[in-house]
Amino acid sequence: MAANLCSEPNDITVVDLNPTTLHHLQDRYDLRTVVGHAAHPDVLLKAGAQDADMIIAITNSDEINMVACQVAYTLFQTPTKIARIRENQYQKRKELFDAASFPIDVIISPEQEVTDYIKNLIEFPGSIQVVDFANGKVQLVAARAFYGGPLVGHRLAELPEQLNDVETRVTAIFRRNDVIIPTGDTVIEAGDDVFFIAAQKNIRAVMSEFRKIDGPNRNVIIAGGGNIGLRLAKALEDTCNIKIIESNSARAHKISESFKRAFVLLGDAADEDLLREENIENTDVFCALTNADEANIISSMLAKRLGAKTVMALINRAAYVDLVQRDIIDIAISPQQATIGSLLAHVRRGDVVKVHSLRGGAAEAMEAIAHGNARQSKVVGRKIDDLKLPPGVVIGAIVRKEKVIVVHHDTLIVEDDHVILVVTDKRHVSDVEKLFQVNLTSS
Amino acid sequence: MRFKVIQKILGLLLALFSLTLIPPLVMSITMDDGIEYAFVSAIFVTLLLGLFLWLPVRKFKGELKLRDGFLVVVLFWLVLSFSGAIPFIVVDNPKMTLIDAVFESMSGLTTTGATVLTGLEELPVSLLFYRQLLQWLGGMGIIVLAVAVLPMLGIGGMQLYRAETPGPMKDAKLTPRITETAKMLWYIYLALTVFCTIGFYVSGMSFFDAICHSFSTVAIGGFSTHDQSIGYFNSWQIEAVTIVFMFLAGVNFSLHFLAWRSKSLKHYFEDSEFLMYLALLLSVFLICFLGLMLNNVLSGEIVTSLRASLFQAISMGTTAGFSTEDFQAWPAFLPVILILLSFAGGCAGSTGGGIKVVRCLLLYKQGVREIRRLIHPNAILNIKMGNKAVSNRVIEAVWGFFAAYVAVFLILMLALMVTGLDQTTAFSAVAACLNNLGPGLGAVSENYGNISATAKSLLCLAMLLGRLEIFTLLVILTPSFWKT
Repeated sequence: MAANLCSEPNDITVVDLNPTTLHHLQDRYDLRTVVGHAAHPDVLLKAGAQDADMIIAITNSDEINMVACQVAYTLFQTPTKIARIRENQYQKRKELFDAASFPIDVIISPEQEVTDYIKNLIEFPGSIQVVDFANGKVQLVAARAFYGGPLVGHRLAELPEQLNDVETRVTAIFRRNDVIIPTGDTVIEAGDDVFFIAAQKNIRAVMSEFRKIDGPNRNVIIAGGGNIGLRLAKALEDTCNIKIIESNSARAHKISESFKRAFVLLGDAADEDLLREENIENTDVFCALTNADEANIISSMLAKRLGAKTVMALINRAAYVDLVQRDIIDIAISPQQATIGSLLAHVRRGDVVKVHSLRGGAAEAMEAIAHGNARQSKVVGRKIDDLKLPPGVVIGAIVRKEKVIVVHHDTLIVEDDHVILVVTDKRHVSDVEKLFQVNLTSS
Repeated sequence: MRFKVIQKILGLLLALFSLTLIPPLVMSITMDDGIEYAFVSAIFVTLLLGLFLWLPVRKFKGELKLRDGFLVVVLFWLVLSFSGAIPFIVVDNPKMTLIDAVFESMSGLTTTGATVLTGLEELPVSLLFYRQLLQWLGGMGIIVLAVAVLPMLGIGGMQLYRAETPGPMKDAKLTPRITETAKMLWYIYLALTVFCTIGFYVSGMSFFDAICHSFSTVAIGGFSTHDQSIGYFNSWQIEAVTIVFMFLAGVNFSLHFLAWRSKSLKHYFEDSEFLMYLALLLSVFLICFLGLMLNNVLSGEIVTSLRASLFQAISMGTTAGFSTEDFQAWPAFLPVILILLSFAGGCAGSTGGGIKVVRCLLLYKQGVREIRRLIHPNAILNIKMGNKAVSNRVIEAVWGFFAAYVAVFLILMLALMVTGLDQTTAFSAVAACLNNLGPGLGAVSENYGNISATAKSLLCLAMLLGRLEIFTLLVILTPSFWKT
C-alpha cells in the first residue's frame, strides 16, 4: 500500500509493531517509519500526526483502526481519516462512523473490493477486468479479442453498424505491450486487449463483437475458504452453483454453516482426484483464492489442465503475475491493484470520485467531476475535441445527473458532469488532475 | 439420588394439585348434582398424601440434580394419574372400575382424549367439567405450572421443566429466568383459552360447553361433553373456531411469544418447523378432500367434503382427536393417513403430541444429507433450520428418539395383539395413545370401554410414554440411572 502511495508526491510515515517489516520498507521506499502500536497517542505524535493531512488505518484489527481514527481526530484534528473495516456488521451501521461516534471519513474494505472485482469477472464471461463507475451505472470492461469475433480484423468504425442502438466507446487497445489510442481506422487484431465503456446491460452485446461468448458462468469452484473465498461464495450463491474447497477442517466446518446453497468440500485444491470427482471438466470458473500464491498458481494450472473453462488465481507477488498471466492462467488477480484505487481517489487533487488501476498499475481509469464555469475550468463548456488532453488520455463517457452519455468528438461538457476517462500512461495522471482543478484566480 | 429433595418436591406438587380440585367442587355444590363427596374425598386424600410426604422433610435444603428431575416428573405424573382417578372411582354414577378410572384420568392429563365412558350427556356436570379441567392442566404441563407459581423450586425448576416440555431443543428459554419463562407460557396458554371460550360462546355454545371445549381444544386433548364430540353442535362456526384454536395450540409457543412481543407475524413464516407444519396439514387436508370426492362419500358435496376433511385433518394432525364425522367409515386409506399424520403431531413446545414436526423435518433433512453425501463424498454438509446449522448432537438425539419411538410402538402393538385385539385395533389404539391423539379404529373407534383391563393398562403406559416423550420414562428404567 505504502509503495503505491509513495510513487506519487506524498510524504508518508508508516507505523507498525514489527521493526523488521518497517526496516525493509524503509530500505526500499522513500518513507519514514515509526515502531509502535498504531492507536497509541504517543506513537501517532511521533509519527507526526499533528500536521498530517490524512491518517490511513489499515491494521488487521477493525477495532484498532477505529480507535486510531478516533485518537487522530480528538487529539490531533487530522482532517481526513480512512480506516479499513472488514466486519460486515460494522459496515452495515453507517451511523457508527459519523463525527459524533467514530469519526471516519472513508471506510475501505480490501476483501470486499477484491470480492467485487472477482464477482464482476465471473458475471461477465470473457472479460479480463471490469470496473464500476458512478455507482455501477457505467462500466469499463477489458476483453481479449479472439478469432471468431465479428469485429476482429475489421476497422473500429464498423462497430456502430454492427451494434445498432448500443452506445459504446472503445477507449484503449493494448496490443502486446503497446498502447493504441483507437480511432475509427484502427483494425482489431486477435490477441488485443480491448477496453470499452458501456452501460451494464450492454456489456454482453459489445463483448460478443470481439470474441465468441459462452453462456453465463454457472458452475464455479472456489479454492480456499478464507475471507475472500467466503465473501465471493456468498455473493454468488444465489446465481451460481458454488463449491468451495478448504483444507482446514475447522475452518471448513465453520464456513459451511453460513451458506444457503453453496457447499464446502474438505480437501486439497490441488488434489486431482477431488477435482475430477467434483466435475472439474464441466466447471465454468475455477478461482484459487488461498493466501499462498504458489498454491493458487499450481491448483489453477491443474484445474486448467483438467478442463476448467476459465481459471483465476489470486497472486500477491507482482513478479508471479507477469510469469503466469496470459499463457498459463487466464486471469491473475492482484489484490493490491484491485484495492489501491479506493485509496488513490482520496489522495488525488481535484474532485476525483473513483480511481481504478488497470493492467497491473501501468494505466488508470478515473471518474472526475468537472467544477466551475467556462472561465474557471479547463474542461467545462468545451467539446471533447477542443480539450487539451495529455497524450494517451481518452474520455469514455459522461454521467450527467443520473444519465449516462457515451461521448462523441462533439459532446459538450457542462458543470458537475462526472467525466470517466482512461489514462493509458500513468505518468500523465498529474496532468489530468491539473485539468480538472478549478482555477479561481482567472475568474 | 437425593430422596429427601424428591420427596419434598413431590409432596409440594401434590398439595398444589389438590387445590385444582376446588373449582369442580364449587361447581358441584352450586349445580347441586350430588357428587360433592367425590371431590371432597379426592381433595382430602391428595392433600393428606402431599402433607404426609412434605412435612417430615420440609426443613431439608438442597438442590435438585438433573437426574432427580426425571424421577420427580415421572413419579409425579404417576401419582397424579392415580389421585386424579379418585373422583371417578368414588362416584356412583357412572360406576367405574379402578383401571377405567385411571385410564380416564391418564387420558385426560396426557391430553390424549381417549375415553371409556359413554352417555356423556347423562353424567353429572361437575364430573364432565373435571375431565375437561384435567386436560387443560395436562396440556401446558402441570409441572410447568408448578415452576411458574413455586419460585422455591429454584434451579431445580429447569431440570423439571426440561423433563416435561416436548421437543428436541430444550435449552432455549424465552426469558433469562425459568420461572418467568414458565409464567409466559401459561399466560399465552391462558390467553388462548380465554379467546377460544369467547369464540365458542359467540358461535352459539352454552357458556358451560364453551369453557369445557376451550379447555380441551387449547390443550389439544379431545375430550368433549357430548358423545358425538364437536359433531353434536353441527355448526360451521363452532368447527371454524375449533380449527383455528387447535392449529394455534399446535404451534410452538415461543413463536406466539415472539409474535406477541414484536407485534408482528413474520416470525411464524421464518420458522421452518411452522412452515412444514402448515404444509403437512394442508396436504393431508387436500388428500382427504380428494379421497372423499372421488369415492363419492358424503354424497360428493363439495362444501360438506371440504368442511369435514379440513376439520378432520387439523384435528388428527394436531393430535386433538375431535371428530365431526364418522371418519372411521371413510374409504380405508383415509383413516390410516389421518392416524399416520398424528405421528408427526404438533410442533415442539406446543401442547400437541406425536413425534413433533421439527423431529420429522430433521429426519427428512438428514436423509437428504445422506444422499448428497453419496454424490459428494468430500463435502461438509450441514443440516439447517432457518439459517442456523443444527449440531450433530441434536440429530443423533432425534435419531435415538425416533428409534425408541418405533420400538416402543411395535412392542406395545404386539403386546396388545397378545391380549386378543386384532391388528387394526392394536395398531390404531397404540398410535392414538402414544401420540396422545385419542380416537382409534376397529374395536376402539367408538370408545375404549370394550377392551380388556390388561390392554387398558398397556395403553395407559403408552399415553404416559407419549406425553413424557419416552426418554424421560425410559431413563429411570435403566440400571445405570440408579447407580451412583
